[in-house]
Amino acid sequence: MSNKFAYVRTEMAQAMPPPVTQTGVVGWMRKNLFSDIPNTIMTLLAFAFLVWTVPTLYNFLIGNAIFVAEDGTPCRAPEAGACWAYVIDRFDFYIYGFYPESEYWRPNLVFVVAAALITHLLWPELPFKGISAIAFFVGLPIFAVILLNGGSFGLPQVTTEKWGGLMLTLIIASVGIVVSLPLGVVLALGRRSHMPFVKYVSIAFIELWRAVPLITVLFMASVMLPLFLPEGTTIDKILRALVGVALFQTAYMAEVVRGGLQALPKGQYEAAHALGLNYFKSMYFIILPQALKHVIPGIVNSFISLFKDTSLVSIVGLFDLLGTVQATSALVEWKAPHQATTGYLFAAAVFWIFCFGMSRYSIYMERRLDTGHKE
Amino acid sequence: MNKKIVTIALGAALSLSASAAMADTLEDVQAKGYLQCGVAPSTPGFASPDENNNWSGIDVDYCRAMAAAIFDDPEAVRFTPLTSKERFTALSSGEIDVLSRTTTWTMSRDTNLGISFTGVMFYDGQGFMVPKDLGVNSALELSDAAVCIEAGTTTELNAADYFATNGMNYNPVVFEDQDEVVKAYDDGRCDVFTTDSSALAAERLSLADPDSHKILPEIISKEPLGPSVRQGDDLWFNISRWVYFALLEAEEYGVTQANVDEMLGSENPSVRRLLGVEGEFGKAIGLSDDWAYRIIKHTGNYGEIYERNVTPIGIDRAGSLNDLWTRGGLQYSPPIR
Repeated sequence: MSNKFAYVRTEMAQAMPPPVTQTGVVGWMRKNLFSDIPNTIMTLLAFAFLVWTVPTLYNFLIGNAIFVAEDGTPCRAPEAGACWAYVIDRFDFYIYGFYPESEYWRPNLVFVVAAALITHLLWPELPFKGISAIAFFVGLPIFAVILLNGGSFGLPQVTTEKWGGLMLTLIIASVGIVVSLPLGVVLALGRRSHMPFVKYVSIAFIELWRAVPLITVLFMASVMLPLFLPEGTTIDKILRALVGVALFQTAYMAEVVRGGLQALPKGQYEAAHALGLNYFKSMYFIILPQALKHVIPGIVNSFISLFKDTSLVSIVGLFDLLGTVQATSALVEWKAPHQATTGYLFAAAVFWIFCFGMSRYSIYMERRLDTGHKE
Repeated sequence: MNKKIVTIALGAALSLSASAAMADTLEDVQAKGYLQCGVAPSTPGFASPDENNNWSGIDVDYCRAMAAAIFDDPEAVRFTPLTSKERFTALSSGEIDVLSRTTTWTMSRDTNLGISFTGVMFYDGQGFMVPKDLGVNSALELSDAAVCIEAGTTTELNAADYFATNGMNYNPVVFEDQDEVVKAYDDGRCDVFTTDSSALAAERLSLADPDSHKILPEIISKEPLGPSVRQGDDLWFNISRWVYFALLEAEEYGVTQANVDEMLGSENPSVRRLLGVEGEFGKAIGLSDDWAYRIIKHTGNYGEIYERNVTPIGIDRAGSLNDLWTRGGLQYSPPIR
């Protein structure tokens, strides 16, 4: 019975490789780029666009670009591309503004300490988060002010109107971020509070600040405020901008956090009550960890937009990164057709690096904190 | 009713700052130990960060001269970069002590804003630039030309007036931004580029081939740029004004940064009075008698300041309005005596 069928082969034939049109580069291209007529047309158009732009872009950015030069003369040649030599020459100014060169180590040190603390805080596996959090939120600002401003511990004073460049951008952005998140959480809780006074004060604050453009806030701070202050009491220009930016950002942050609070099912609040936790404990242990996790993209979105909004301070005469780039675009010895363009490209690249970094970290954090509520 | 309250409150605030501004600015400045000076954020030749990240420019050097006169130290000055919208508030609120920021002296500004102009550091005015191969030597030959202009500026109005009064037609090619205007002109989209002559000279350098363009001799508007101070403090006004005059007086008598020490022994009574060897002119403005000596020693005279800052951006001084009156210009100082 078992020998009813006789097999010629004793083993399975080896599978043939798939046709060459289905595998490898060709297959991938057929599947993804030329699967049907509209797709093919789009592919060809995109390819033509690349052929059209990439060589020009390459020539401008690298091929014909001037990397080494004493002054603007080589950049003035008709075929010259981007004048990177100019950016390299002005690099210190873009980073430190008018900060005296002999004191560069001070912002450098602050930056290194801040970077170390941030790395420690953002790296989930590392221990002693509490210590570095206190160091970052309390110690670092004091340390930074003492070191950057000077005037004590034998450090020569560097007044704030000499601060500038990327250093100022980072100061404004980090103060805005560090102040706005906790204050925003408080305001968001306040807005959902059952106590009328707290509730309406929070609503009034949020709606007032959200209803005015940041430019208006900065103008008020720099043009109107001095008129109302008694003669002789001038508030530091950077401090005014910092307060304006931070309060403005707080209002936005409050609404983002409120979105997270409202997304939580009522059961979570009731469960917290049922456990006998008081208001603060239930918020701290149950509600906020979940609410904040939901709105990470929104929070980071606000941070990124804040980081870019810092360039608005250049309209009140502060030299942030963009301000320094603009200021040197008029420098006579580097006058060249692409001088301003190159400067702006540099500023755009720096902004992109920081914003993209924040965005990647937020994606990492979302994945890590994902506890499977999504399917 | 509400409006009224706001008006009263604003008025009260303004009068408060106005009355406070009556205070002795010189005393305040001496107590602070430095002069607070408002400058332009970035205008080459007038105020901009130089290659060593220091402020430089003719407006900046004027402030250094004031600091030198008061403190014998040209570095005893802090610069506040101000946008054109902020500048007058910054001055009237006392945030700065002197405004030296390419500000055109006009009657309305001098009378309405509670500030006083003290001199003219630079006579500017609107000019024209054309490609050399256009073969034009005078703005009067520009009939039917396409003119690149920045939108919404007095430049636009001045050009319209000029072409109308001279009975010429022109085609305005208008852009929102100065950089765009320059680009369009460089690309040949128009025959003529017009703006203030100081900016014209600086922008010429950013063209692809600066040497094939020239600036026409006609100046069609008056833009006297000078420092200003708060109204109501006559002593401070006099200091600001006479610092400017001392710069001119020194140039007229040949006193330079290099020879100021030997000039102390000069026989010329004008030089002796200027440098404080004779007379007590410094006392009259609350300073020491060698106030002008300090200025020249630290910053040089007007001509040296001009050579250092404005000549590099390509604006020749010889024969222009900014030359000394003795050489046909408008820079003239009343005598010190």
